[in-house]
Amino acid sequence: MPSKPDAMTDTLDAPGGTPAPDATGARPFISVKNLKTYFEIRGSVFDRLMGRDAGTVKAVDDVSFDLAKGEVLGLVGESGSGKSTLGRSLLGLVRATGGSAVFEGQEIVGLDERSLRRLRSRMQMVFQDPHAALNPAMTIAQSVGHPLKIHKRAKGAEDQRRQVVAALERVGLSPAETYMDKYPGDLSGGQKQRAVIARAVVLDPVLLVADEPVSMLDMSVRSKILQLMIDLKQKLGLTYLYITHDMATAKFFCDRIAILYLGRIVEIGEASALYAAPKHPYTQALLEAIPDPDPNHTLPRNLPRGEIPDAAKPPHGCAFHPRCPRAFAPCGWEIRDLTGLLEARWAGMAEADHQAERALIGTPKIPDGPEAASRLPAASGDGAALLALLEKIRAEDPAEPFWTGVKAMHAEAGHVTIDWHTPVTPRLIAGKGTAAACHLHDPALAAHLPKAADGA
Amino acid sequence: MSAAKPHPDTPVVSVRDLRVYYGTPKGPARAVDRVSLDIRAGETLGVVGESGSGKSTLGRGILGLLPEGTGLAGEVLYKGRNLVTMTKEELRRMRGPELGLIFQEPMTRLNPLMRIQEHFEETLRQHHPKLSKDEIRQRSLQALGRTGIPPTRYKHYPHEFSGGMRQRIMIALALVLEPTLLIADEPTTALDVIVEAQIIRLLADLKRTSGTAVMLITHNLGIVAEACDRVAVMYGGKIVEEGNARQVFADPKHPYTRELLASTIALETRKLHTIPGAPPSLITPPPGCLFHPRCPDAMKICAAAAPPEEQLEGRRRVQCWRHSATGAIPAGQNAPLGREEISVAFEA
Ligand SMILES: Nc1ncnc2c1ncn2[C@@H]1O[C@H](COP(=O)(O)OP(=O)(O)OP(=O)(O)O)[C@@H](O)[C@H]1O
Ligand SMILES: Nc1ncnc2c1ncn2[C@@H]1O[C@H](COP(=O)(O)OP(=O)(O)OP(=O)(O)O)[C@@H](O)[C@H]1O
Ligand code: SF4
Ligand code: SF4
Ligand SMILES: [Mg+2]
Ligand SMILES: [Mg+2]
Repeated sequence: MPSKPDAMTDTLDAPGGTPAPDATGARPFISVKNLKTYFEIRGSVFDRLMGRDAGTVKAVDDVSFDLAKGEVLGLVGESGSGKSTLGRSLLGLVRATGGSAVFEGQEIVGLDERSLRRLRSRMQMVFQDPHAALNPAMTIAQSVGHPLKIHKRAKGAEDQRRQVVAALERVGLSPAETYMDKYPGDLSGGQKQRAVIARAVVLDPVLLVADEPVSMLDMSVRSKILQLMIDLKQKLGLTYLYITHDMATAKFFCDRIAILYLGRIVEIGEASALYAAPKHPYTQALLEAIPDPDPNHTLPRNLPRGEIPDAAKPPHGCAFHPRCPRAFAPCGWEIRDLTGLLEARWAGMAEADHQAERALIGTPKIPDGPEAASRLPAASGDGAALLALLEKIRAEDPAEPFWTGVKAMHAEAGHVTIDWHTPVTPRLIAGKGTAAACHLHDPALAAHLPKAADGA
Repeated sequence: MSAAKPHPDTPVVSVRDLRVYYGTPKGPARAVDRVSLDIRAGETLGVVGESGSGKSTLGRGILGLLPEGTGLAGEVLYKGRNLVTMTKEELRRMRGPELGLIFQEPMTRLNPLMRIQEHFEETLRQHHPKLSKDEIRQRSLQALGRTGIPPTRYKHYPHEFSGGMRQRIMIALALVLEPTLLIADEPTTALDVIVEAQIIRLLADLKRTSGTAVMLITHNLGIVAEACDRVAVMYGGKIVEEGNARQVFADPKHPYTRELLASTIALETRKLHTIPGAPPSLITPPPGCLFHPRCPDAMKICAAAAPPEEQLEGRRRVQCWRHSATGAIPAGQNAPLGREEISVAFEA
C-alpha cells in the first residue's frame, strides 16, 4: 500500500462501491445510482454508405457509486470508455438519460438549468488540455476571474482582484501580479494548467472533476501539478473525481478506483485492494501493459488483442470478451467473434491459403442481439467442407477461448449452424477486496470454468 | 532488406556535430546543438527528453525534413554520404526505401479518400516502378500481415480503422519499402496503454526479424526501457547521456537523467519527486552547463563552462563535470554552486 499523501482520508472498510459515511454520518456526499447517459446517433448519408447506421451509444450504462466528502475517486479506462461523459453528467454538463445522481442531497438528473448553474459553483471541472481551456484573448486575471463574474461573487473590481490574487497564489502562481496581465500564450504548459486550476477553485467549490489534468504534461511537470492537487485537497477540503487512463498516477492520488469499460464499471474498490489483487482481467491487463522504466519489467505476451469495440454495437455478454485472454463459455460468444478470429488467422497467411479458405466461407448475417444459434453460409455451397475447415481451425489452436462458447456445429445444406452457449452479462459482485463484474468471480458460473484457467 | 546488410558493428547512420537553428523573432533557437550519435543495424535507439528538448527536430534533421529556412550544419553520414549536403531531390528519393518515418498522428498521414490498397500502390509505384500489380499486392499484404492487419481490410478506407490499426497501417507502409533506418516519432503517444503495448511489442518483433535500425523518439521512459537497446537523453538540444538502456536506467550517471527518472510516476512511486525550474531557453541559454540552474549537484564550474563529453566504459558517454577526468576542474571550482532558491516565476 503506497503511503497516501493525505493523512485525513477516512479509512474505508466497506467493500467495493460504498465508502464510509462522511463526518456527519448522514447521507453520502455524492450518491450515483444506475446512472445512464445514452447518445442517439443519427447516421449521416456517408455513415450509412460505410455501413454504419443510426443507433444508441450507451456512453454511461448503469453506473452506481458513492463518494464521501474529502475522498478521491479515480475513473480509469481506455479512450471511449465513458469517463468524460460520466464526469460531465455529474455536473449536468451533459444530460443523463436515466438513473440518479444526488449531490449534497440534491438530485441532479432532470434538474433545470438555473438550479444546475447554482450547483455548479460547488462543482468545478478541470480539463485535459490547458491550451484549449483558456481563452487566448483573455488575460490570466480575466480568465480566472470569469467565474466570479458569472456567479456574481465579487463586490466590485477591488474584491474581484483580491479573489483572483488569492486563487493564483493558492495554485503557486506567485507573486500573482507577475501573471495577472499575461496571456495564456506567455505561460508554459504547467503554468497554464495552474491557471486553469485557479479558475476552478476561485469559487471555493467542494467537488473538482479533474478530467485527465496531467495527461498532456511532461513527466517532470506532471508530478508538480499532482502535488498541487494534493495540497489543494488538504487546504480546501476538496473531493475529487479524478479521470485518467494512467494507472500509475491514479494509484498515487486516489483512495478508491472505478475501472470503466464501454460505459460500465467493471471493477471498483479501494485503491490498495485493486492494485494488490486486481480481479477483472481488464484491470489486470491495464496494469500489465504499463511501460515501466524498471529494467526488470517486460511486457506480458498475452496482451488483450484488439481495441475497444464500436460503442454503438457492443459485444454481447461481457463487453470485454472478444479481447479477454481468460474468457470462457458464458462470456457472450457470437458470430462476430468468429469473423474476428478468421481475420486474425488470415493476417499474414500466404495468399493462396487465405484465398482457399475464403472460397469456403461466406458472409454471415450480424444479428441485432444475442441469438441461440448462428448460420455461417458456405460460399461454395458445401456445408460439410466448411465444417471440416472450422474443425481444422479449432484443432490447430484448441486453447483459443472462442471455442469454449461453441456448444456444437452442424453441417447443413449450404451452411454451418453454430450453437452458442447462452451469454450472461456480468454484474458487479462484491467480495474480499474489490467488487468485479466478471464471471471468473461468480460462484454460480464456476461449473463452466475451464480447469486450466482456475486459480490465477 | 533492400540493401546488403552492413556489418553489425558498422553504424547504419552516423550523426556528427549536428546543429539545427530555427529562426524566431527573438533570434535563432538552437533546437539541436552539436549532437553526435550512431545507430547500428538491428539496433533501436530511444531518444527521450522533455517537451521542447529537440527530439523531433533531431529526427527530422536526420531525414532532411525541416521547414524551409531552418539552419542545418554538421554531418549525417549514411552509406558513406553526407545527407546534410544532399539535394532535396536526392533526399526525397531516399526517403521510403532507405529512410523511413512514422509519425504520432497516423490520421494526418493517411489520405481519407484513398483506400489502404491505393496507399500501398502509390508508395510502391513511386519507389519501385517496375513492380507488377500482383507483386505490389503480395508485398503489401505481407507487410500488413506482419503488423496484424488482415487481407480482408485491404480495400477499406482509413476511417474504417481504429487508432491502433491506423498506426499499424502506417508501420506497414513504412516497412513495405524495407528501409534501412526507421525513425518513429512518438508512434504510440495518441494510443491507449494496451494498444500502445501491442505496438511496442510489434516494433520490437519487427526489429528483431528485419535488422532495421530504429530511432524511437518518445517522452515515455518506460517505452524506452521495454523497446530499446540504447537510449539517448536530450536536454536543451544536447544529448547529455547515452548508453545501453538497461544500464542507463539502472545506474544513471547524468544528474538530469537521474532526476527525470525520479520524477516519473510509476506504480512503485511512494513520494512525488519534482525537478525545480523549467527547461532552458534555446534562444538565450544559460552559460556553462544547461542544467546548472536546476541541478542539485551543481558546482561552481558548472555555471562557468560547459562540461566536456566523457566516454565511460562500454559505449557510454555523459556530459557532466561530475564525470570529467580527474584534474579537469580547476582548484576550488568543485565547490557547490551557491544560488538563490528557484523562483516559482520560472517554474514549468
Ligand atoms: N455528444 C456525444 N454524442 C455522441 N456520442 C458521444 C458524445 N460524447 C461522447 N460520445 C461517445 O460516448 C462514448 C464515451 O465517450 P467519452 O468521451 O465519455 O469517453 P472517455 O472515456 O472520456 O474517452 P477519452 O479517454 O478518449 O477521453 C464514446 O463512444 C463517444 O464516442
Ligand atoms: N518550426 C519551428 N520554428 C521555430 N521553433 C521551432 C520550430 N519547431 C520546433 N521549434 C522549437 O524547437 C524546440 C525543439 O522542438 P522539438 O519539436 O524538436 O522538441 P521535442 O523534443 O520533439 O518536443 P515534444 O516532446 O513536445 O515533441 C522547441 O523549443 C520548439 O519550440
Ligand atoms: S466475464 Fe470475465 S472472463 Fe468473461 S470475458 Fe468478461 S472479463 Fe473475461
Ligand atoms: S555539469 Fe554540473 S550542473 Fe551540469 S549536470 Fe553535471 S553537475 Fe549538474
Ligand atoms: Mg475523456
Ligand atoms: Mg516532438
